[in-house]
Amino acid sequence: MSDLLNFYGKTFNSRLLVGTALYPSPAIMRESVKASCSEIITLSLRRQNPAQQQDNVFWDYVRESGCQLLPNTAGCRSSREAVELAKMSQEIFQTDWLKLEVIGDDYNLQPDPFGLVDAARELVQLGFKVLPYCTDDLVLCRKLLDVGCEVLMPWGAPIGTGQGLLNKYSLQTLRERLSDVPLIIDAGIGAPSQAAEALEMGFDAVLLNTAIAKAQEPVLMAQAFKLAVESGRAAFNAGLMLRRQTASPSTPTLDMPFWQQAESMLRE
Amino acid sequence: MQIFINGELHRLEFPTELTVLLQQLGYCGEAFAVAVNGDFVARSEYSSTQINNGDSLDIVAPVVGG
Repeated sequence: MSDLLNFYGKTFNSRLLVGTALYPSPAIMRESVKASCSEIITLSLRRQNPAQQQDNVFWDYVRESGCQLLPNTAGCRSSREAVELAKMSQEIFQTDWLKLEVIGDDYNLQPDPFGLVDAARELVQLGFKVLPYCTDDLVLCRKLLDVGCEVLMPWGAPIGTGQGLLNKYSLQTLRERLSDVPLIIDAGIGAPSQAAEALEMGFDAVLLNTAIAKAQEPVLMAQAFKLAVESGRAAFNAGLMLRRQTASPSTPTLDMPFWQQAESMLRE
Repeated sequence: MQIFINGELHRLEFPTELTVLLQQLGYCGEAFAVAVNGDFVARSEYSSTQINNGDSLDIVAPVVGG
């Protein structure tokens, strides 16, 4: 059965997007990305002096990967900063895809909803394919759709915390109310089981970085996340059973041996 | 005159074309991008952009990211 991830005119087999930061080495990053089978990888831009230009192994690996590049605007604290950094990303990475981040709080790296919508509006008008990193607020998500985002990336938990899906009520609400919108859980995923849960809930994909990069064996963890995402998606497609409050035997009760004896013992 | 490049103070004798300044600093290839006073400057505009006293340049390159 064909079950491709589809947005902004492109299709992908993998529903796992991964970051490229925090790995013990560029080589381990490369092997981990391969093991994850991800087709979309995130990266960024930072100040650099000419001496650092000579040896950018990371950039060589990224170019060789063949993955869709998804530059981020991590660290931007205003829509203006994000828009200008986006333009710089577009020139260097030769892509109009953008993971839009406008941070509103340094403590939990919570997105600034107002700056996010302002930046998204301007960037969509400039032709960018914007994937906004947002909270799980339904109204914010609708505003982002209104200004032209085709995909949303609500957080599961604050970046780098590994807490999993903290607000399942809001996330489930988003999934149900925005049933036709590709939704990618971005940030906060700490374990493959949490990624599987997101897919089981009907989210289209997950984006994560730290959980793989900071594992003791990043390549093995990348494989684990690949399997979890595939498993979660298969479970969603198969249709999960409804939860029940009371027990219901799975083994047939009809023709259970000994029950007459039990009844007769009770009568004695 | 004084300018800032990636937050560090630099001194120039006189206003300089951005193309020339980047060459003097040693930037080459295409794996970098420039903003002047917070505004992106496209590569095609380098030769028509003059760096003046007090200007602040950000020169960025690809790095890992999440």
